[in-house]
Amino acid sequence: MHKVAVFRKEHFNAAHRLHNPAFDDATNERVFGKCNNPHFHGHNYELIVKLTGEPDKDTGYVMDLKVLSDIIKENVIKRFDHKNLNLDVAEFKNLNPTAENIAIVIYNILRPLIKEQLQLQIRLCETERNFVEYPA
Amino acid sequence: MVYLTRLEHFNAAHKLYNPSWSKEKNEEVFGECANENWHGHNFDLYITVKGKPDKDTGFIIDAKHLSSIIQEHVTEKLDHKNLNLDVDFLEGKMCSTENLVVEIWKQLLPHIPADVKLHSVKLYETPRIYVEYFGEEL
Repeated sequence: MHKVAVFRKEHFNAAHRLHNPAFDDATNERVFGKCNNPHFHGHNYELIVKLTGEPDKDTGYVMDLKVLSDIIKENVIKRFDHKNLNLDVAEFKNLNPTAENIAIVIYNILRPLIKEQLQLQIRLCETERNFVEYPA
Repeated sequence: MVYLTRLEHFNAAHKLYNPSWSKEKNEEVFGECANENWHGHNFDLYITVKGKPDKDTGFIIDAKHLSSIIQEHVTEKLDHKNLNLDVDFLEGKMCSTENLVVEIWKQLLPHIPADVKLHSVKLYETPRIYVEYFGEEL
C-alpha cells in the first residue's frame, strides 16, 4: 500500500457577484460588501485537482495526468472560462458562487468521471491570497 | 536615478465589445472575451517612479505614500467593479488592458509628487498577459 497524491493545475477566468436574494439590499451590502456589486466583478481562478491512490502496477500512474487534464477542460474549464458564473453556469442559478460553493460544484462534476478508488480533492484559488479546499 | 515600484491589486469584470459592430463581428474579433454577460480577472498593477534619494530620508518617495496615491486615484475606482459600466474614466472606451494602462497613467500623473517622475505603468491581466506604458504620445 503506497498511496501517492498527483495534482493537475488548470485555470479559468470569470465574472461573478455574491448575493443572497433572500436578504434585503442593505443586508447583502453589509454581508458581501463590494463583492455584491450588481454589475459583477471577476477573478483569475486557479484550479488544482488532487487525486490520491496507488500507482497502477502496469503504468506506474495514479492516473494519466493528460487524461485528467482533458476531463477537467472538457467538463469544467469549457463551461466556466470567460463566463459569468451567476448568469452562464446552471449550477449557480440558485447557489451563491463563493469560492467554497464553486469548489463543491467542481467536485460534484468531476467525481463521477474519476475512478472510484481514487480520492478526489479540489483546491480553488480565487486570488493568490484566498483559496479553499473541498472536501476538507 | 533610482526606480521604485509599488505593486497594487484589483479585481474586476469586463468584456471586449465594440458597440458599433454586430454581435457576430465582435465574437469573431474578441472570441470568448466578447461574452455579453462579462468575465473577469485579478489584475496586478505595477507603478514605477524614478528620482534621486532624499539626503535626509534615503527615499525617492515614501512607498506607503505612493500606495495611498494609487489606491485613492486608481484602485478604489476599479476594484470589484465592472470596467465597462462603473468607471468614469473608462466611459466610452474599449476596456482592453492596453487602454486601461494609458488611462491609469492619466489618472496618476497629476498626483505624483514633483520631486519624482512617473516612469511606467505595468498591468497584468493574467499571470501570462501584461502590458506596459511609459507615457509616450500615442
